Amino acid sequence: MSLNIIVLAKQVPDTRNVGKDAMKEDGTINRAVLPAIFNPEDLNALEQALKLKDLYPGTKITILTMGPARAAEIIREGMYRGADGGIVLSDRAFAGADTLATSYALSAAVKKIGEYDMIIGGRQAIDGDTAQVGPQVAEKLGLPQVTYAEDIIEVVDGKATIKRRIESGVETVKAPLPLVVTVNGSADECRPRNAKAIQKYKYAAVPSEVADNESQKALIEKRPYLAIGEWNAAFVDADLEQCGLAGSPTKVKGIENVVFTAKEARCVGNNDQELEDLIKELIVNHTIG
Amino acid sequence: MANFYNDNPDLKHHLSHPLMEKIVELKERQYADAEAYDYAPMNFDDAMDNYDKVLEIVGEISGDIIAENAENVDHQGPRVENNRVIYADGTAQNLEVCRKAGLMGMSMPRRYGGLNFPITPYIMAADIVSRADAGFENLWGLQDCAETIYEFADEDQKQRYITRVCQGETMSMDLTEPDAGSDLQSVMLKATQKEDGSWVLNGVKRFITNGDSDIHLVLARSEEGTKDGRGLSMFIYDKRNGGVNVRRIENKMGIKGSPTCELVYKDAPAELCGSRRLGLIKYVMALMNGARLGIAAQSVGISEAAYREALAYAKDRKQFGKAIIEFPAVSEILSVMKGKLDASRSLLYECSRFVDMYKVYEDIAKERSLTADEKAEMKKYSRLADAFTPLAKGLSSEFCNQNAYDSIQIHGGSGFMKDYACERIYRDARITSIYEGTTQLQVVAAIRHVTTGTYLNYIRDCEAMNVAPEDQAIKEMLIGLTNQYADAVAAVDACKEPGYIDFMARRLVEMAGHIIMSYLLLGDAQRTANFRTSLNVYAKYAQSEVSKHIEFINKFNVEQLANYIIKD
Repeated sequence: MSLNIIVLAKQVPDTRNVGKDAMKEDGTINRAVLPAIFNPEDLNALEQALKLKDLYPGTKITILTMGPARAAEIIREGMYRGADGGIVLSDRAFAGADTLATSYALSAAVKKIGEYDMIIGGRQAIDGDTAQVGPQVAEKLGLPQVTYAEDIIEVVDGKATIKRRIESGVETVKAPLPLVVTVNGSADECRPRNAKAIQKYKYAAVPSEVADNESQKALIEKRPYLAIGEWNAAFVDADLEQCGLAGSPTKVKGIENVVFTAKEARCVGNNDQELEDLIKELIVNHTIG
Repeated sequence: MANFYNDNPDLKHHLSHPLMEKIVELKERQYADAEAYDYAPMNFDDAMDNYDKVLEIVGEISGDIIAENAENVDHQGPRVENNRVIYADGTAQNLEVCRKAGLMGMSMPRRYGGLNFPITPYIMAADIVSRADAGFENLWGLQDCAETIYEFADEDQKQRYITRVCQGETMSMDLTEPDAGSDLQSVMLKATQKEDGSWVLNGVKRFITNGDSDIHLVLARSEEGTKDGRGLSMFIYDKRNGGVNVRRIENKMGIKGSPTCELVYKDAPAELCGSRRLGLIKYVMALMNGARLGIAAQSVGISEAAYREALAYAKDRKQFGKAIIEFPAVSEILSVMKGKLDASRSLLYECSRFVDMYKVYEDIAKERSLTADEKAEMKKYSRLADAFTPLAKGLSSEFCNQNAYDSIQIHGGSGFMKDYACERIYRDARITSIYEGTTQLQVVAAIRHVTTGTYLNYIRDCEAMNVAPEDQAIKEMLIGLTNQYADAVAAVDACKEPGYIDFMARRLVEMAGHIIMSYLLLGDAQRTANFRTSLNVYAKYAQSEVSKHIEFINKFNVEQLANYIIKD
């Protein structure tokens, strides 16, 4: 048995090592100073796909991302780790998309790809933290979804067995293919880039990246596995009204900078009772938990 | 989020040495593999880009995983259960990640599943891994043994074993025995040929690094009744066949993640590798030369770690109202550490390029006969590799110990506690000047290149180097040192007193090393200005060290030799 897997991935600004110039004055992210990286939980998702490929040889992994042509970098990153190829969904019409418009565009691309058994994505991206895109894609495609997955254990008789992280512990579920899975950051870390794969795929590119590079263009023609797809709205038959800013009902009401400052200090006695009271208080006011 | 390759521009400097173009062209046979293998380079720039990208992977794994695991591995260590070695958890994870990254069999040809990298980028990977965890470098670096199979085994064995190494199986070289350490001629492990022609091994090996590996190279006595090196042959033992048990592992001072095993062979089936009787005199010598270069890389990597720990602490630690790095006494130690680090790294890569050059010609000679020019070049580089390997191993391991010592010194009392990495580095460093031949044995291997002039000729060639006006004074100083060195060699050589030259050997070899490393840094500074500080610091250090030895030799009276012989 082999599977067709689509991995949804996003190139995001690296918000994990934020300096003081990471935000612009208007409170939006200053993308220019933050390096663009593979969204961390999408790497967890890719690892799940790669594990299935180890388990079921012949499995094909396609990475699908929406973004500018330079987002092809994360598709190459995925290919260095074992993915077979990918598609950058790129069009000015997609710009300014919120989660609804993003999931619309992605689901249109998935329909265009046509054959798939499983769509796997990270739980959420570190630039938006919404965790909405995966579930919305499932809804739009009318597929079952398993969220917060930690381990896709196996696929038998058209059903996937999946361990998922829930608030009170771990739950193992079975779901029929095709389905959408979103993967938690607590799942296995993605494997490293492979030395042979990086040498093999380093010239992979989308057409607009190599527009001015005749020799690379010729190489990609000679070695079709180096071609990364670059699809626009028309190619995936997307309704422009539902794309980008036009298709995004989300409106930002306001942005405020929150600076945490210490206001008062409280001394807690060094005994079990007072510590327990403190913990309870913190749970109740949602500081921890 | 550390990358031990990207954060160290010195590595890229060495990787981009002008001689690389020739090495890569020969190694890739004018890029003939490009059609047959989708990961083979198409030209020189493509190949260099490949090395760069793969070293970036090595740097990432080393910084994010291997270095992060080092402390736990040091504490947990491996253990023996049911005669088998169980690695520390971190070690097992490191190995798994290296396998998945395809970093095994790096220098092996593509037809066996390798990356066909020259020795130089492979050694650079060893340098990087050692900075993260010297003990893990041993396990990973034992892929070197595949080189011996590639050079001496038959095609069938190469197909069966090298492919497995490239897929991530580990190796060991089983040489040492309780009564055969530095003196390998005394190896007693018995190889017996059965009637069907196959071999079995019986006996004990000791101090075997990664002794529970998948594929072993074993030195054994195949010729009954012999007592010296000519009765020894090389065998391949495959763990899948069984017959070798791990009796115990040593409790060591450092490199604790690397299991050092005592092995018991009981009718263990094995295959002869190469020809009988050549085990020690040819194959082990080749194996050891590769291993020594590996230890030189390990030493440089440890030096790097020691220096960085010391530098970071000196910037951070405040006393008397300022960071201690601002005190000249501390700053001088750091400068000399960096000088020694840079000098030994330059020597390491000069040596690895020499090894690359002669090995690639040796390999080409298996396919076609070499032209007269090529033969002459092979001979030249083979000699240089022979001269530079003991020099690099001997001196870089001593420097790495000195840097580890100084790293603790910079940390003061905190460095003596278990809280800082410098104490692990100090313990890990200690073995480098002992195994794969002690520093004293490296001197024995190097001294003939003092007396026959290999070093002096090399140094005299360096004098033709064009240098920037600001470096002219250093160059003239080095020419002066060289003259003093040449005089000292002549004087020692002229003395016919038995044992005199052996007594002075260490001093002469060190002098040659100091001058050579100064010239290497001089060359580095011409390509990359950043090396100029280290050049100045190291040349000053070399000057004082050489002068010290000259003084000792000049003022030495042969009769004083007797004072150095302990009689009871």
